[in-house]
Amino acid sequence: MSDVKNVLLAGVGGQGIILASKILAEGLIQAGYDVKMSEVHGMAQRGGSVTTQVRFGKRVYSPIIGKGQADILVSFETMETGKWLEFLKPDGKVVVNEFEIPSAPILACDADYPQGVIEALKEKSDVTVFKAGELAEGIGNPRTANVIIVGALVKAMGLMDIDWNAVIKKTVKEKFVDINIKALQVGMDQVK
Amino acid sequence: MKKFMTGNEAVARGAFEAGVTYASAYPGTPSTEILENMIEYKDDLTAEWASNEKVAMETAIGASVAGARTLAAMKHVGVNVAADPLFTWGYTGVTGGFVLVSADDPGCHSSQNEQDNRYYAKFAKIVCIEPSDSQECKDFVKDAYEISEKFDVPVLYRMTTRTCHSKGLVELGERKEVPMVPYVKQPLKYVAAPATARILHPVVEDKLKRLEDFSNETHLNRVEMNDTKIGIVTAGVAYEYAKEVFGDTASYLKVGFSFPMPMAKIKDFASKVDTLYVIEELEPFMEEQMKAAGIKCIGKELIPNIGELNPDIVSKALLNEERPTVSIADDKKVNRPPTLCTGCPHRGFFYALAKKKKVMVTGDIGCYTLGASAPLNSIDSVICMGGSISMAHGASQAFKKNDVEQKVVSVIGDSTFFHTGVNSLMTVAYNNSNTVHCILDNRITGMTGHQENPGTGFKLQGEASKQVDIPKLVEAVGIEHVVTVDPLNLKEVDDALEAAFAFEGPSVIITRWPCALKKFSEQDIAEFDLSPRQYKVDADACKGCKVCIKTGCPSLSFDSATKKAIIDPITCIGCSVCAQSCPFDAIGKVVK
Repeated sequence: MSDVKNVLLAGVGGQGIILASKILAEGLIQAGYDVKMSEVHGMAQRGGSVTTQVRFGKRVYSPIIGKGQADILVSFETMETGKWLEFLKPDGKVVVNEFEIPSAPILACDADYPQGVIEALKEKSDVTVFKAGELAEGIGNPRTANVIIVGALVKAMGLMDIDWNAVIKKTVKEKFVDINIKALQVGMDQVK
Repeated sequence: MKKFMTGNEAVARGAFEAGVTYASAYPGTPSTEILENMIEYKDDLTAEWASNEKVAMETAIGASVAGARTLAAMKHVGVNVAADPLFTWGYTGVTGGFVLVSADDPGCHSSQNEQDNRYYAKFAKIVCIEPSDSQECKDFVKDAYEISEKFDVPVLYRMTTRTCHSKGLVELGERKEVPMVPYVKQPLKYVAAPATARILHPVVEDKLKRLEDFSNETHLNRVEMNDTKIGIVTAGVAYEYAKEVFGDTASYLKVGFSFPMPMAKIKDFASKVDTLYVIEELEPFMEEQMKAAGIKCIGKELIPNIGELNPDIVSKALLNEERPTVSIADDKKVNRPPTLCTGCPHRGFFYALAKKKKVMVTGDIGCYTLGASAPLNSIDSVICMGGSISMAHGASQAFKKNDVEQKVVSVIGDSTFFHTGVNSLMTVAYNNSNTVHCILDNRITGMTGHQENPGTGFKLQGEASKQVDIPKLVEAVGIEHVVTVDPLNLKEVDDALEAAFAFEGPSVIITRWPCALKKFSEQDIAEFDLSPRQYKVDADACKGCKVCIKTGCPSLSFDSATKKAIIDPITCIGCSVCAQSCPFDAIGKVVK
């Protein structure tokens, strides 16, 4: 079982997490891994948290991971990162899209958006931070933020021997292929 | 060819490959996508939404009696609705193979309870089959049809949220056409009158004995012998969790056919291992039967019957092992509960309703259940599909008989009204209670992700259909005071509520506006003004009173530095509820 790797993607409904995990899973399947992916439907469109878990290896049993098990936590929203950090292996990696989406209690003035999340994360784990939205605008399409995050994820996970450009060609509409390939590269460049 | 599929997609594929020609369902998480994925196979099979699970079950029963391989799908609580036909269907048996998919929801991800529907199989004296991953979801459906026809028995196909919604690689097969069994009258089989039922009952008991023999032989119940210090009997997704934790260090009896249980096989397995664990999600369904059969085993003493199971729970319970974790302080985390969407037509209605004092509000199941949450706090109770109208009636009659002055309002959605609310409304009109019933018609089944229903004008596989005319239907059952309002117009809703309160006898308020996330039909575009709009706060006029914030719109926030409300221009779709709520006219339409 030890060869199984675990990816946890977290964020908020509407951020393109499902497509991002689809691209990731597709690449892993093409590379010959057994893959399982888990997501919880239902409340995502109504402003709730969204997570997907992607597990890959020679043979994957459980579709879900537990606390302290993720090799990498990829968060699409700042505050969500902290909520899911417990699922990370203590020596795991964290990739954060620094972007704040206030939740209902914050909008209702019952709570404030937490400050200093990134600093707190950095004290506890190996964190890569960037602003995918701004980077996406930089290449001319703000909707590619999720693919930029995928780029960072595959670089951080050492999955560079998979032909991700071919995966993009297979998973996105033809007219968006070039911009998404560019987005993937921008994401990869964020990780040392 | 291998395809990456959810369990739900795989069940649909399995039904297709098994030669199913009719399927029916009522949407309910986590089962909904089974029928939605049958759209793909529309050349080969008819798949339909029914108005509720009982109807879905009965239409599927009709198709089986007619001789076709048939599937019905529903969430766990839907089987409660369908239980009446289910129990007698267990007596009569089938003609065309019959599979009832019950999608249980351990952990209540999107449900009002976490009942374990394997008990229905035992209760109704039918077969239970439990797949554990996407491949099995597809393959076992095909086995289920063979078993159903061979033993003349309906199959309860028990899935759970994780088997339904997790994806795995599935090896696809070809469709096998299965001709219909020619129809012949069989009154002694299918007319379940008392005389027939008395004959059928011993037949069923005998069938269960033969099915238990089969259960001991079938490949669906599989032994994996490894080290014999620990033996594990497990079923469904719990098998994956057990393998995750114990790997090849334990032996397994993986139960795929869980009722009738393979008791001889389990006894033999138990005799070969030192310690026997039963790892199953939710209730001790297998464990109780094993203990009753005299098999010594450990199960729910260590593994909780509450909530969704996972590998961590198994590991902690049986090995006392936990992984190290890292975390940051709780003050860096704020909850993210679901809310009514920006532009949701329910918001205006609930905002107006929340202003009414001394009102008991019974709610129902759908997006509008969120009207119970802060800041709207409008709904007092939610029990089950269609329950709002009947509960309001009973409450009102009790208040009246006991001389308590209390207004009672029920709130129900369009699809839920068609589901079972309409039956309740007949009871209301018949017994004439002084109640107000609000049918929130957002032109779609919203919560489960936009399924067509008898009011929308379309069927599951895309064809146009008749539409239920809600006002006419309501009048036809005997309600005299009926109005239809725009829920985004606060004054209109308020006036309608006041008029209904003033009316002696039952009244109905229908709100009619499409769900903000809906893919609008041509009819929607013609009927409603859905042109893009946007609203903006005039910072000079805003007094920082936060009244607009009480609408709970996700596009509205309050800047504590400037003490002004702000509307997010990207997400606002201009429903105008906040503008109507503002006491200082500080929110206005953006003129472009």
